[in-house]
Amino acid sequence: MFSYSPLIVLFPLLGFLFLGLIGWRLKNEKLIGIIGSGTVGLSFVVAAILFFQMLGMQPEERKHIVGLFTWISTFTGTPSSLSVSVGYQVDQLSILMTLIVTGVGFLIHVYSIGYMHGDAGFSRFFTYMNLFIFAMLNLVLADNFLLMFLGWEGVGLCSYLLIGFWFDRKFDTGGYKPGTATTSDAAKKAFIVNRIGDFGFLLGMLLIFMHFGSLNFETVFGRATVLSVGDKTVVWITLLLFLGATGKSAQIPLYVWLPDAMAGPTPVSALIHAATMVTAGVYMVARCSILYALAPTTMQVVAIIGAVTAVMAATIGLVQNDIKKVLAYSTVSQLGYMFLAMGVAAFAAGIFHVLTHAFFKALLFLGSGAVIHAMHDEQDIQKMGGLKKYLPTTYKTFLIAAIAISGIPPFSGFFSKDEILWKAFSSEYGSVVLWALGVLGAGLTAFYMFRLVSLTFEGEARYGHDVHPHEAPKTMTIPLVILAFLSVVGGFVGIPASLLGGNSIEQWLEPIFEPANDKLSLIPQAVTAGEYLLMALSVAIAAGGIYVARMVYLRRAELAEQWKAKFPKIYAMLFNKYYVDEAYDAVVITPTVKVSEAILWKGVDVSIIDGLVNGSAKLIGTIAQGIRRVQTGIAQQYATIFVGGILVILIWLILK
Amino acid sequence: MDIQSYLLLSATTFIIGVVGVLARRNAIIVFMSIELMLNSVNLSLVAFSAYLGDVRGQMLVFFAMTVAAAEAAVGLAIIIALFRRKQTVNLDDINILKW
Amino acid sequence: MTLETFLFYFLAIISVGSALMMVTRRNPVIAALYLILNFFALGGLYLTLHAQFIAFIQILVYAGAIMVLFLFVIMLLNLGDIKGLGEKISYRKIVGAGLSFGLLMELVYVFGFARASLPPTQFEKSVDIGTVEYIGRELFTTFLFPFEVTSILLLAAIVGAVILAKKKLN
Repeated sequence: MFSYSPLIVLFPLLGFLFLGLIGWRLKNEKLIGIIGSGTVGLSFVVAAILFFQMLGMQPEERKHIVGLFTWISTFTGTPSSLSVSVGYQVDQLSILMTLIVTGVGFLIHVYSIGYMHGDAGFSRFFTYMNLFIFAMLNLVLADNFLLMFLGWEGVGLCSYLLIGFWFDRKFDTGGYKPGTATTSDAAKKAFIVNRIGDFGFLLGMLLIFMHFGSLNFETVFGRATVLSVGDKTVVWITLLLFLGATGKSAQIPLYVWLPDAMAGPTPVSALIHAATMVTAGVYMVARCSILYALAPTTMQVVAIIGAVTAVMAATIGLVQNDIKKVLAYSTVSQLGYMFLAMGVAAFAAGIFHVLTHAFFKALLFLGSGAVIHAMHDEQDIQKMGGLKKYLPTTYKTFLIAAIAISGIPPFSGFFSKDEILWKAFSSEYGSVVLWALGVLGAGLTAFYMFRLVSLTFEGEARYGHDVHPHEAPKTMTIPLVILAFLSVVGGFVGIPASLLGGNSIEQWLEPIFEPANDKLSLIPQAVTAGEYLLMALSVAIAAGGIYVARMVYLRRAELAEQWKAKFPKIYAMLFNKYYVDEAYDAVVITPTVKVSEAILWKGVDVSIIDGLVNGSAKLIGTIAQGIRRVQTGIAQQYATIFVGGILVILIWLILK
Repeated sequence: MDIQSYLLLSATTFIIGVVGVLARRNAIIVFMSIELMLNSVNLSLVAFSAYLGDVRGQMLVFFAMTVAAAEAAVGLAIIIALFRRKQTVNLDDINILKW
Repeated sequence: MTLETFLFYFLAIISVGSALMMVTRRNPVIAALYLILNFFALGGLYLTLHAQFIAFIQILVYAGAIMVLFLFVIMLLNLGDIKGLGEKISYRKIVGAGLSFGLLMELVYVFGFARASLPPTQFEKSVDIGTVEYIGRELFTTFLFPFEVTSILLLAAIVGAVILAKKKLN
């Protein structure tokens, strides 16, 4: 059965090819939608079958590697040989990621049939989405670094294509090209910032090849287990790979593309920037857990960056007025939590949070899409309000997701976030400071999420009389309901021991992280009272955040205005995202552009390269101009030269 | 007479013909010089044929003469056509294939 | 000095002399006449080589037909004595003459002094092979195919000459 695992990757590829080559000719939206969603659905079915089979097996037997063909094979037989194959590794971690990608992806595809209805680029949308799923599946199912990198780059490309989907629509990017910026500028920003991270990933891959002699996961991780902790090369490898992860998963310093990526259609934001692509960095760290276990320094860096990003993004999200921007900063913040988990060696907890986050963040984005759809493309929450009357299903599901993300039990977000916070506090690799930052972030999360809910759905309507909101069609609401259900029950796979659960997800993933845990010599801890105390504390802070938000924004709206007036400078800094974009622009972008223009373009390209090419052509032209005067048209001159030639030949023959 | 004499005579008339082709401007004279060259070669062929007792030399001369006759006819027709076009037989003026 | 030697030198001098005169005359009619004289000398030389058939053909075809054709064309185009066509000394002429002289020296060297190995002379046979009878027999047996092809060649030449020289009918 496992030999069918390449089918998981194949179906979206076929969908992409079919829709790309033939789909644009079909005028039937329903057919295109069915094909586009159907391929992802089929992949999910195959993955689910494999998952259930794996459940019935012993833990040691659950890993299967299916090699398809050899991709690169050079210098075989020498020490510097490189052999990379295209193969798919189905084990506990990758099947979990596959289920998330295909499952949530399928729901979002179905949602898109309704959301993108009537759009001129309907088939182009599904083509790109299928290509994205294909690349993402390559990323999570790859059995070697190079194939994973192929998927890594592929999702970056699809991110560009889909963010800039409405490529000539104007988009407000803040400071860059004010007034004339379009969504393709946002897409370019995403792609370029991602590329900076990919540079780190590539360097890390090269170091891996140099140090371990192979790019295959099995080989590299096998050889890594005999290394000692603190190996210098491994520290560099992990730092460079993490740089790639900060680009793809939007952490400091490369998170700046994600808020601007909201220029794309909402299903794109849901799929790519909430549920799947941004979790690629987390997956990569989890997959290379043994390498990170060998480099505690890097783990510290990862944890600190994760925690700081979590808090910083939450503070920015407090004051944003675009519904999607709030959710974007929320995503950056939640990703910070996942990296915090990775940094304190709570690998399973981080993956658990990936799972739950996929559910409720996708739900939040899709819900916001329904709101935007209802308000006829209005995204400013200051112009909304009281929508729960008109969009009941959307309101209910959105509320469930907001409760989940705030970490209120028994919804899924509580279990995963709490696990992370507990590990941040108690693990030998965590610290109280990290825990404190995490709790602060949790409080802020609860606050801004309920600010969003209150301003959008509750209270008085603040929009004009010409807007008539209506509930979204069934293709859009059914995925919302399914995701809401998952947000409620999704946490039950990870009930910790302290609450009398078996923490199935941690057990399921245990064989994956076993080598790393051994290296880190983590002692499994018993349940202590401190854990309950911290649990209660985090729930209290979250509840407090919710209460304050509801009080301010529902009953005493003037409080918000007073705070804004009292701290104008702080408000400005938060609203303008700490001026990070402007700083990057001044320090990095503008000098690079200027140097490129002056030196590389005018100097090298025009003068040297064009000069060489045009110059050689001109040279030939000049020579030809000179030589053509030989043809005078007078036959006797030609005959004279004839005779001269005969003379020479005769002399040569005589002398021979 | 030994054969060298005939060959030397043939060479001389041939070269005189070459000089005529290269140095004269009148197309008719050039053409006649070409005929001179052909004839000198004919002489050389017949000389070899006689001295080696092989009739093939004379057969070749026979056919060469035929071809020369045909070529003379066509060549003169060309000169007539050229003269009609350009009203001159001065070869220096006929340089249409110039650069 | 035998008769043969005398005849050879006499005819040779006439041949070379008439050739020289031909290439230097300004008047094409005079040049044509000198060429005819050259052809007669050549015919005589053929006779000294016992090539009777070729000698007569030379007179008939070359001197009798081709040169007459030349003269017809000269008369037709009224090229009698064009004053303006006098030859000027030009760069090309000198180079041409020089190269030709060099070529002549080479040929003299090859024919006169190189002593390339030839098969032994069989001059006696030339008496038999030059006769009309012998050549006629060879022509219609061994060389039949070239003979027939030549007729097509002549046809092509006739058609070509007619078309090229025709006046365009408006």
